[in-house]
Amino acid sequence: MTSPNRQIVFDSVSKFYGEVLGVNRVSFALDPGITSLVGPNGSGKTTLLNLLTGLIKPTRGSIHVLGLTTGQPVELFRQVGYCTQFDSFPPGSTGYDFIFWPLRLHGFGREQAARLTDEALERAGMTQVARRKVAGYSKGMRQRIRLAQAIAHHPSVLVLDEPLNGLDPIARAEAIALFGALAVQGMHVIISSHILEEVDRISDRVVLMSSGYVVAEGQIREVRQEVRDHPMQILVRCSNAARLASAAFELNHVVEAKIVNDGRGVLIRTRDAEQFYLRLNKIVCSGLIEVEAVAPADDDVDSIYQYLIGCNGGPI
Amino acid sequence: MNARLITRAKEWTQEQPWELYATQIFVLMRNEIRRNLFARRRLWVYLLAAIPVVILLVQRAFARNTAEPFYIESATRVLARIVHLYYVRLGIFFACMGIFTWLFRGEVVERTLHYQFLVPVRREVLVIGKFLAGTLISIFLFESAVLACFYLTYDRFGAAGWSYIFDGPGLHQLGAYLLVTALTCIGYGSVFLALSLLFKNPIVPGLVLMGWETIAPILPAWAQRLSVTSYMRHLCPVELPVEGPLAIFTVVAEPVAPVLAILGLLCLSVAVLVLSCFLIDRIEITYTAE
Ligand SMILES: Nc1ncnc2c1ncn2[C@@H]1O[C@H](COP(=O)(O)OP(=O)(O)O)[C@@H](O)[C@H]1O
Ligand SMILES: [Mg+2]
Repeated sequence: MTSPNRQIVFDSVSKFYGEVLGVNRVSFALDPGITSLVGPNGSGKTTLLNLLTGLIKPTRGSIHVLGLTTGQPVELFRQVGYCTQFDSFPPGSTGYDFIFWPLRLHGFGREQAARLTDEALERAGMTQVARRKVAGYSKGMRQRIRLAQAIAHHPSVLVLDEPLNGLDPIARAEAIALFGALAVQGMHVIISSHILEEVDRISDRVVLMSSGYVVAEGQIREVRQEVRDHPMQILVRCSNAARLASAAFELNHVVEAKIVNDGRGVLIRTRDAEQFYLRLNKIVCSGLIEVEAVAPADDDVDSIYQYLIGCNGGPI
Repeated sequence: MNARLITRAKEWTQEQPWELYATQIFVLMRNEIRRNLFARRRLWVYLLAAIPVVILLVQRAFARNTAEPFYIESATRVLARIVHLYYVRLGIFFACMGIFTWLFRGEVVERTLHYQFLVPVRREVLVIGKFLAGTLISIFLFESAVLACFYLTYDRFGAAGWSYIFDGPGLHQLGAYLLVTALTCIGYGSVFLALSLLFKNPIVPGLVLMGWETIAPILPAWAQRLSVTSYMRHLCPVELPVEGPLAIFTVVAEPVAPVLAILGLLCLSVAVLVLSCFLIDRIEITYTAE
């Protein structure tokens, strides 16, 4: 059991942007290590990270980072580095300035700030171009200089919003190696991504988000299982709906099979979509029914399923 | 009770990392000045400051001889009008509107405000740093302009002009003008900073404020305490008769000692800044990455 002073704790946190839901009733306690926040676009990843760093305030609930709240910015931001998704920079600044001056705001003296700047540039592989204006950087370079800024003051919580976006494969591999190295030192590294495969192997823990909710959380294997157990809806449009419905009922992972109103399709709820698809293939091959279309009726869960299992859900 | 409060205040003062705050304010001011002073969109602010200077320059270019010393008195009244009617009422007003509302709104438009919120800087310190940077910029700009106007006004009288400055009331008046300029920048600056944190678009509240400042002379004394120009009137070194349609309604304010006017304006500014420190806490980063 880790002490709450080393954890990141969300206690039933909700955030509404006016009427729009950002995240709802999020609760978890994260231990040090690499945590991946995975979910499709618009699922609330950025909202969650902005809440964690106090850029936005929760509508309800409370957040503690290493026992600190966002009301204590001096203590908090000595410990937290956040590489946001905002691809914007103070006008006219060079890569070096972009890292050096925030370090001065941390209270580091000139020499120490310069030393930390050089070190961060080195780690992000940006030393060569540091004296150039950020405005002339490529997308990948901008991503890396922001990463360098986030790690420059040696935070113990590193928050990265889609850090691999815009990086070429080599830079990606380097960045992932860097995250691994930082986590080994006992840091919190929180990485958001809409592609699980990217962060799958290096993560100690996954938080799976969909439409503003945390739908699963835990070790990667547990999460896979959890999603597997979550019944998922599939709509099959076919010629002989009644026949398919009764065939589906024989499968024990199918929870429900309902003929749709126009009688030309079946809505299946299953705990194991993969098995169902395999079975459906057999039925189709046997020529009993003719399938017009198969579509996940529950988009979010399906997309999460795809992220996790890497199965693209088609019967053919 | 009182003693406990005093000990508590003392403790609080000792707990604060003042040196860190000072460094942070210095860095914030440096960043802000770099961002603001040489920005192209600040061009019109320079224009506002320069208009009277340009007019005086043109006037001087057309006048061949040194002016008759007889006209020094009227030139002095013209200068007082330039400072009190043009700079205080219009020039500094609109310049501060531009500079101080842009301190935070500019960072929202350029999507860089989150950088300010992700460093170990208290938001109060951020407000003060930005405010001081804006103050420095506007004071530098308008004091230079006032100084230039002053020089151009008296230099054309030749020796008589210089003697008015050094042997007459000239230097004292210059001091008063510079003081008025600085205080006006501080006053409007704090108000516009607060307005920019209160409203998404501070143009309309800015115009309301302009109306308020315009009718201030006819308002009761308590309301005048909330107006920047009312304080400044007491600091004018030259008697300026009230003119225009408002003249008949004007309550002739009993003279207020300059020290009180200065303190009054500073108190108003500090109060508004404290309000800004509360307002900044509500600010969230809601711009999104495209
Ligand atoms: N500033 C905002 N104003 C209104 N709605 C927002 C804002 N930011 C995010 N949202 C909404 O909140 C939800 C979650 O968005 P976000 O956290 O950006 O998701 P993600 O980072 O996973 O793509 C989305 O429905 C989005 O439209
Ligand atoms: Mg996002």
